Amino acid sequence: MERDDLIVNDSYALNAHHTEEAGAAKRKKIWFVAGLLTLITFIEVVLGIGFKQNSDWWAFIKWSFIILTVFKAAYIVLSFMHLGDESKNLKWTILTPYLMFVAYLLFIAAREGTDMSALLLNYLGS
Amino acid sequence: MSGEASKLIENDDLWGGGRSPFSVTYGKMMMWFFLVSDALTFSGLLISLGFFRTGVFGDLEGFWPVGEKVFEALPGLGTGFPLIYVALMTFLLIVSSVTMVLAVEAGHRNDKKSVTKWLVWTVIGGFFFLGSQAWEWYHFIHGSGGYYISANELVVDGVDQAGETISYTVAAGEKVYYGAEHGHSHEDHEEEGHDEHHGHEHASNKKISGMGGDGHNDHAEEDVHEEHSPKVLYLNKYQTSIVTVEDAGTITKLLAAKNENLPETSGADLSSNEYGPQQYANFFFFVTGFHGFHVFSGVILNLIILIMVIKGVMHKRGHYEMVEKTGLYWHFIDLVWVFVFTFFYLV
Repeated sequence: MERDDLIVNDSYALNAHHTEEAGAAKRKKIWFVAGLLTLITFIEVVLGIGFKQNSDWWAFIKWSFIILTVFKAAYIVLSFMHLGDESKNLKWTILTPYLMFVAYLLFIAAREGTDMSALLLNYLGS
Repeated sequence: MSGEASKLIENDDLWGGGRSPFSVTYGKMMMWFFLVSDALTFSGLLISLGFFRTGVFGDLEGFWPVGEKVFEALPGLGTGFPLIYVALMTFLLIVSSVTMVLAVEAGHRNDKKSVTKWLVWTVIGGFFFLGSQAWEWYHFIHGSGGYYISANELVVDGVDQAGETISYTVAAGEKVYYGAEHGHSHEDHEEEGHDEHHGHEHASNKKISGMGGDGHNDHAEEDVHEEHSPKVLYLNKYQTSIVTVEDAGTITKLLAAKNENLPETSGADLSSNEYGPQQYANFFFFVTGFHGFHVFSGVILNLIILIMVIKGVMHKRGHYEMVEKTGLYWHFIDLVWVFVFTFFYLV
């Protein structure tokens, strides 16, 4: 495994300057990501308006929302927040808890909330 | 611990002496750690929302409302635009995130003029988002037409969205909604703003939604009811299939079953709301409110940094890392909103 945790030069964020040409390429990527995020939001809204919660497709639509959301979040964190460009150590120190929270949130929303309330109903008796 | 070190550790690889194991500055690393802990708080809110909205936690007081039915108004255009306003708010936040990342990029080129330009746009976007949220809260708190609570079970005929007549069972304790033209909505208030007397009555109605109603306001409420008896009632208003009752006889029958002991209200506060279970409004206020507080503090931070940039503080330092650090916070706000948008409004 390549080690990027050893400091071999002074490539701190403070010194992360780039030239005008490099900047143009970076700006191009920023606008690309901006377009992508807008497109994803647009698709989400169209799906939200087009499909009712009682439709047969709802389970599929619901998971599409969730997958699109994770996509959007990944682009924001890795591209806009530059976490993709940081060292591997920093990247995974931040991403691991984030991924755990997202996984737990999905687990609660998709499964555990319903089970817990069914259990509670048993005890409350109504 | 055991065995010999295979190679001497050079001084440069150690933590001390201004070195970081992450190749970032201390400040930036701490901003990231703060953002992880802040994510804990938001996860707590969203996970408890997940617990409440799935299954019976939410359904004990009627069903959890559908987002596209609750949020379907646009400023000045009335209702009938499901989720469009929230989508515009999301878009606004994405755009201000883009201007922020462009400011960071300009900072890496030490381009003071561009940093200033993009930061100004970011601050403007932030203020626009705060304004949008204020409007959304105003609309949510005042509601659309008001409701009363049915005292007993009743089977009535209504018209569903496909235009077919269906039989609908109103449960005891279920909310029955007035139409917007009945005189509770603030859109009505705006449209009829030129009529001062009328406008005053609406103002009284608005008060009642906020306070639960004291004697004086109840009186004003009754006056309005005597003036126009409702021409239309809605059942199941914030669920997927809305049932409309326009037949005068059925409306009289429905109104006769009104629970007179409970005050008629409109909109939402922390003790009752017209949309669904009480927890629905509480989650709306706390989740979007906590997020809005983050946006507010983000705008303030951006403003401070903008002033520092304009005064040339960053330029003198030789780097614009401060812009990058507040930028991280600003993007985090966008990141949280992406999840709020999906889990509160969409799903």
